[in-house]
Amino acid sequence: MTPSAPAPPSVRPGGVPGRRAPALRGGRAPRQGSVLTPYALVSPFFLCFAVFSLFPLAFTGYVSLTGWNTRREGSEATFVGLENYRHLVADPDAWNALRNTIGIGMLSAVPQLLLALWIAHLLNGRLRGRLFVRMGVLVPYITSVASVAIIFNGLFARDFGPVNWLLGLAGCDPVDWHSGLLPSWTAVSVMVIWRWTGYNALIYLAAMQAIPPELYEAAAIDGAGGWRQFLHITIPSLRPTIIFTVIVSTIGSMQLFGEPYLFDLTRNANGGAAREYQTFVLYIYQQFWFNGRYGYASALAWALFLIIVVIVLVNLVLARRVRGED
Amino acid sequence: MLGTRAGRTAALAWITATAVLMTGCGSSSDEEGDSAGPVTLTVGVFGDSFTPELYRAYEAAHPGVKIKEVRADYGTHHNNLQAHLTSGAGAADVELVEIGQISGYLGQSDKFVNFKDTGVDVAQWTEAKVAQASTSDGSRLIGLPTDTGGLAICYRTDLFEKAGLPTKPDEVSALFPTWEKYVEAGRTFLAAAPKGTVWFDAAGNLFNGILGNEAQTYYDSSGNVVAGQNPAVKKAWDLAVEAVKAGESAKLSAFSAEWNTGFQRGQFATVTCPAWMLGYIRTNAPKTEGKWDIATVPGGSGNWGGSFATVPTQGKHQKQAVELATWLTASEQAITIYKTLGNFPSAVRTWTSPEVADAKDAFFSDAPVGTIFPASLEKAPVQVYGPQWGIINTAFGNALTTVEKGTDPEKAWSKALKDVAAAAG
Repeated sequence: MTPSAPAPPSVRPGGVPGRRAPALRGGRAPRQGSVLTPYALVSPFFLCFAVFSLFPLAFTGYVSLTGWNTRREGSEATFVGLENYRHLVADPDAWNALRNTIGIGMLSAVPQLLLALWIAHLLNGRLRGRLFVRMGVLVPYITSVASVAIIFNGLFARDFGPVNWLLGLAGCDPVDWHSGLLPSWTAVSVMVIWRWTGYNALIYLAAMQAIPPELYEAAAIDGAGGWRQFLHITIPSLRPTIIFTVIVSTIGSMQLFGEPYLFDLTRNANGGAAREYQTFVLYIYQQFWFNGRYGYASALAWALFLIIVVIVLVNLVLARRVRGED
Repeated sequence: MLGTRAGRTAALAWITATAVLMTGCGSSSDEEGDSAGPVTLTVGVFGDSFTPELYRAYEAAHPGVKIKEVRADYGTHHNNLQAHLTSGAGAADVELVEIGQISGYLGQSDKFVNFKDTGVDVAQWTEAKVAQASTSDGSRLIGLPTDTGGLAICYRTDLFEKAGLPTKPDEVSALFPTWEKYVEAGRTFLAAAPKGTVWFDAAGNLFNGILGNEAQTYYDSSGNVVAGQNPAVKKAWDLAVEAVKAGESAKLSAFSAEWNTGFQRGQFATVTCPAWMLGYIRTNAPKTEGKWDIATVPGGSGNWGGSFATVPTQGKHQKQAVELATWLTASEQAITIYKTLGNFPSAVRTWTSPEVADAKDAFFSDAPVGTIFPASLEKAPVQVYGPQWGIINTAFGNALTTVEKGTDPEKAWSKALKDVAAAAG
C-alpha cells in the first residue's frame, strides 16, 4: 500500500507536542492588549491589500460602467451601464485574445511542468556541485523579462536569426516567428518555458526531498527500476505539489503579458500585425493605454478577473477529485 | 515575552512604520523651492530631438537650472504622458508630443500650459503648423513646434549601380515623379537587383510616404473620421499592396532591431526619408556612410512626422519649463539641432538662413539637404489631424504588415476599418 501523500509541513502534527507549552505560558491570560496584538500584526497585509487590490478592483468595476475615453472630452462621467460588457461579448478581438491566451498557456505550461519535473528528478540524484546546479536553474527566473525578450527576439529573428539558421542547416525553410499562430505561439511559449521551468523545478525538488527514502529502498528491494520508482513513488507523492504548480501556472498564463508585449517589435501592444499572440492582458493594455478606452479596458479587466475565478474553481474541484481518488 | 502594554506599543509602532512606508513612496518628490534655488527640469523625449550640448548651453546661461532628459520609445512615451496627465502627477516639466498624437491631447488642453499667454513669438512658424497644436477655436496653443518631417527618398547608390539604374539624384528623381512611377521603378530594380536586396523597407512606410502628400487622410476638415471613405487613403493602400505583391518590400517592421539590420546590410535600396530619418540612418547604420544619396520625393512634396514641446500644468516649475521649451524651439536652437542631428526646423525663417539653405550632408554623398527639404515642405499640403489619428495610422500599418505576410488584401482592408471603428469607441 502506498501511504497517502505527505501533508504540507504546517499541517503535519508537530513532533513533540509539549514543546510549545513554555512559550504559551508568557502569553497566557489573554487580556485586552494581547487580543488585539495579532490583528495589529497582520493588519499591514490587509491594509496593503485594501489599498492596492480591493480599491483598484472596485474602482475598475466602477470605471467599466462608464464610457471614459481620454480622447473624448467630458467622457469621464458618462454612465453607460453594462454597455461595455455587451460590447465585449461581441468583440472578436477579445475572443481572439482569450483564445491566444489559452493556446499559449497550454503550449507553455504543459512542457514547462513536465520539463521541471524531469529536471527536479535529475537534481534530486547524486550530482557533483549539486548546490551550484540547483541554484543555476533559477537564473532564468531572476533574469528580467526585458533582457530575455531581447535575446529571444534576436534568436527568432526572421532574416538573420540563429534559430532560422539552424533550420536552414537542417534543410528547412526559414520561419517568420513573428507571424502565424503556431510559430509565434511557439516562440512566446519558449520564452515563458525558459523563464519558469527552473522555478517550478525547485518547487518539485523541495517536495521530492520530503519523500521518505525508505519508500525507494523498499521499492528497489521489490525490484522496481528508476522509471517505475519515479512513476509509482515520486509522482503520487508529489501530487499536491503538482496541483499547486498547475494552479499557479494557469493563473500565470492567464495573466501573460511581458513576453508577448516585448516580442512584438513594433511595441504597439498589438501582439503581431494580425493579433496572433495578443494575449488578454495585452489586449487590455492596448485598449487602455494606446486607445485610451478606459471604460472598455476596465470591463475587459473585470471579465478576466471573472474568468480566472472560474478557472481556479474548476481547478479546485478537479484537484479535490484527484485527491479523493487516492 | 510581550506584556500587554509592550504588545500594544509594538503593534502601534508596527502600524506607524507601515503607514510611513506606504506614504513614503508618494511623497518622494523633490522639495526644491518654486523660484529660488537650484531647479531640475526634466525633458521627456522619444528619440533624438535635442542634444546634451544644447542642455549644457542652457544651463550655462541659466545658473541654478539643471536639465535632465527622460527617454522612452515612441509608444511608451506617449502612454506614460497620458498616464501622468490622468493621475495628475509624474509628467516631465517639458514633454515632447509627436504630430500624430498631439490632437489626442487637445481634448485635455487644460492640462497643458497655454502658450498663447506666455508671449512666445508664434510668427516664427507657419499658421498651419501652429494650428496643429491649437484647439479648434484657436484660443489655446499647447505645443511649440520642434522639427518637421519634410519628405524625400533616400537611396543606396551602390545598389542602384549594381541594378543598372542611374545614381545621380536628378536622374533618380526623374525616375519616379509620382508614387506609381516609384513602384514601377521598383520592378525595374528587382529585375536586375543584387541577391537579397529589394526596393523598400516596409509597406507601412511607403503608405505613410504616399499619404504625406495628402491634406486629408483619416479626418476631414470638420473632424469626422473618413479613413474608410477617403479615396486618397484607398489609393495609397492599393499602391502599397501592389508594391508588396511585386515583391518590392523587405517586410521589416519599422524601428525594430531587424529594421536596423536591414539598413546595415543594405536589404533595401530606397526608403521614404522624412528629414528626421537621416539622423536615424546615421546612428543605426554608421558603416553605410557615403553609400546613400537623396532624391526628390514622388509627387514633389510631403510631410511625415515632427514634434511639439508641451508643458503640462502639473509641473512644479512651470515658469522655468515654459522658458526652456520656448528656448529649445526657438529658431537659433532649431538651426543648431539641424546641424547636429539633421532634424529639419519648423521655423520658416530658418529655411533661408545660410546655415540651413547651404547645408550638405556628407553621410548622404553631400546631398544638398538644405534645399531638398524646404522644397518638399513648401508645396506640402496643410494636413488635417484628429484625436485618433495615431491609432488609425497604426491600424493601417498593421494591416499592411499582414498583407506582407500573405493575408488577402481585401480582408486586411476590412480588418483595418474594423480596428479604426473600434478605436473610436
